Amino acid sequence: MAEVAEKVQLLDVYVMGKRYQVPEGLTIQAALEYCGYNLIRSVGCRCGFCGACATVYCFKNDPQLQYALACQKAVEQDMYLTQVPFFPTAAALYNVEDLKPGEGDNRLVELYPDLLTCFGCNNCTKSCPQDLEVMEVMSAAIRGDYEKVYEKSFDCLMCGLCAARCPQGLQPYVMAIAARRLRGAHLAPKSQHNLDRVKEIGKGKFDAEIDGLKKMSRDELRELYARREIEPAQ
Amino acid sequence: MPYPSYMEESKRKVAETRAERLEKGPFARIPAEEREVLVNKFHPDFRKEQFRELRVGPNKGDRTPLEIADLLEGNSRIEPDRIDLDRVDHDVDVLVIGCGGAGGAAALLAEENGASVLISSKLRLGDANTIGAQAGTQACDRPNDSPAIHYLDIMGGGHYVNDPELVEALAKDSPDVIRWLESLGVNWDKEPDNSYHELSGGGSSRRRMHSCRDYTGLEEMRVIRDEIRQRNMHGRKIDWLEFEPAIELIMDDRGWVAGAILMNLETRKMTIVQARAVIIATGGLGRTHIQGFPTTNHYGATADGLVLAYRVGCPLVHMDTMQYHPTGAAYPPQILGFLVTEKVRTLGAEIVNCDGEQFIHPLEARDTEASAEIRECKERGRGLSTPTGEVGVWLDSPMIEIKRGEGTIRKELPAMVRQFGRFDIDITKEPMLVYPTLHYQNGGIHIKADASTSVPGLFAAGESEGGVHGRNRLIGNSTLDLFVFGRRAGRAAARWAREVTTGGLTLEHVRRWQSQNREAGLEAMPVSPMLLPNYAHQEPVPGFQPLGQVSAYTPFGDRAVRWI
Repeated sequence: MAEVAEKVQLLDVYVMGKRYQVPEGLTIQAALEYCGYNLIRSVGCRCGFCGACATVYCFKNDPQLQYALACQKAVEQDMYLTQVPFFPTAAALYNVEDLKPGEGDNRLVELYPDLLTCFGCNNCTKSCPQDLEVMEVMSAAIRGDYEKVYEKSFDCLMCGLCAARCPQGLQPYVMAIAARRLRGAHLAPKSQHNLDRVKEIGKGKFDAEIDGLKKMSRDELRELYARREIEPAQ
Repeated sequence: MPYPSYMEESKRKVAETRAERLEKGPFARIPAEEREVLVNKFHPDFRKEQFRELRVGPNKGDRTPLEIADLLEGNSRIEPDRIDLDRVDHDVDVLVIGCGGAGGAAALLAEENGASVLISSKLRLGDANTIGAQAGTQACDRPNDSPAIHYLDIMGGGHYVNDPELVEALAKDSPDVIRWLESLGVNWDKEPDNSYHELSGGGSSRRRMHSCRDYTGLEEMRVIRDEIRQRNMHGRKIDWLEFEPAIELIMDDRGWVAGAILMNLETRKMTIVQARAVIIATGGLGRTHIQGFPTTNHYGATADGLVLAYRVGCPLVHMDTMQYHPTGAAYPPQILGFLVTEKVRTLGAEIVNCDGEQFIHPLEARDTEASAEIRECKERGRGLSTPTGEVGVWLDSPMIEIKRGEGTIRKELPAMVRQFGRFDIDITKEPMLVYPTLHYQNGGIHIKADASTSVPGLFAAGESEGGVHGRNRLIGNSTLDLFVFGRRAGRAAARWAREVTTGGLTLEHVRRWQSQNREAGLEAMPVSPMLLPNYAHQEPVPGFQPLGQVSAYTPFGDRAVRWI
């Protein structure tokens, strides 16, 4: 398909103030590397899951800061690029086993009383590279609506950009993990079939069967495997 | 970067065959003999010229990929004579090297079993392959399932060369891993009747994949990381050093592992850690780009733990077999090799060629699926080329909505929708172009069921360890492996640390390694562990290579590797 190879355009970008030309289509991260930087910090999974490369950028003629994951955002003409270090944070102290909320409690406000100073400026939402509605997460937390905090913050990579931009010094992403852990450990319904199986295994219910399999020759196993019943996908 | 216009015709053919495919039902499963033939002919593990025999070390004479042989035969980064082991910076019971899911679980279990724990992390705490794991975690906890059925799936998937003791541990611990993670606050997907939402996976005969949408590893990792931080804040004996990878193990005069030398990645200053037990949990090796494949792996996946263990005489197992994930993104080029979770297929997406025809059941084991794609593209010429010279087949995601109803994709695959949406590709309506990508190291450091190795004081957990998956790991068994053997390693290392005292520290093994390398004529081998790949382009603007050519630096995708 050589005939479809298009000639690549070079774009001007500015890295820590210096101008470079890079091929279009590179991500911010690849553009930094193309400019000769060997990255140590602010780089992680390189596929949009870890939040290590969360960054800010703006354009030559537009100082408005924008937010992205450097490994996901393609460069554009006249972008000003940088790397943002990992933000220091301070979490509230808790034991997850003690987080169980009582009737009418708001564990999140107990842990993070400053939550109540949120005045809804929406900077957190604007700064989220996952496009989460962070401000709604905050208001749900203030109401003690754990389920909604879980639901709305679930795709959070904990990159810290929301905390960096909060004028009140709040840390939405740190609060949200406490809420999700609270929900997972205490509010999510228990799955009895799993607890039953854990007990059965503890009592050795399957030991004899597995011992039998462990003693089988490769050919015996192969035959058993070929005959095994496969449950249809749901 | 939406699909280029020349792909429209092929996309149209894919859309046109959907009704027919739905009516016909699933493509036939491949018979066992055909599977062997297919894999032997097309899987990258069988390209003989891409392997060589190791010339030194405990696996001398065994074949490994060229890129791994270079690292295992590498020279030490340290000069033993210039290191003063009397100046110990940290003295702990258990040192955990690496902090993904396995290292994190090991650290937690070691700490709660009474050990003081230090974690060495090359990147930030928790920046590891775990966080990118999407599909889920297997556990045989449904009533129609059992550890014995799980056992058989693992053995068959692994071509029957797995270590039975390890397979037994993996299957039997699995339900408790799910319970444990939930007790720490992991939010598993559930059914309306409160049972776990469990999907089937390639090579698995039961639905046993537990998921947290398609952010399973992220959810697991951020909970583990938060728990480590909380315990530290409570003054418990668990601490970590970020951006300080281990570059060599320290032994004592009895030949036991007794600590490690860490290096600050920025200042290059070395830190001496003395430890009664060391757990290697450094993960995989995708960033070595074996055979030039792109990879799904994170930036630090450079086989460091294999090198450290090998140098103290610890044998590796199954190091001639890698897993190529059948659905790496072949387009757009910015995310070349990016993991498209197998969950897409478990939900009902099909693999089709450029004419919209199926050529393999979408839920075969990964080696089989990948081999079939390579055959379809390379032998039959029914793949589709991209503008940057890649080739791929279609992963027809819109079939999911046809089979399971509108809205399923957004609900079950938010990460995939977001990732492709960033490049103007709507996977609810359009298929994804995919090709195998380097995903996982099937083998690794040989461990026993308690995660100990043949070298006293050394333990290993997670992807760095081997034997449990044989020659091919099944979906959802890697995140399971992290927590099964991470927890076992933490417990066993804490117990070991309680019972032993460390002898005099020494680097004599490094001196021996270096002289052995000289005798074998390997002085010119690079230093290892590799630590990080170097993708920095040496000649910025001028001389830029046109697309589609192989150059020292491939701007799209992370192919070229040098290291320092």
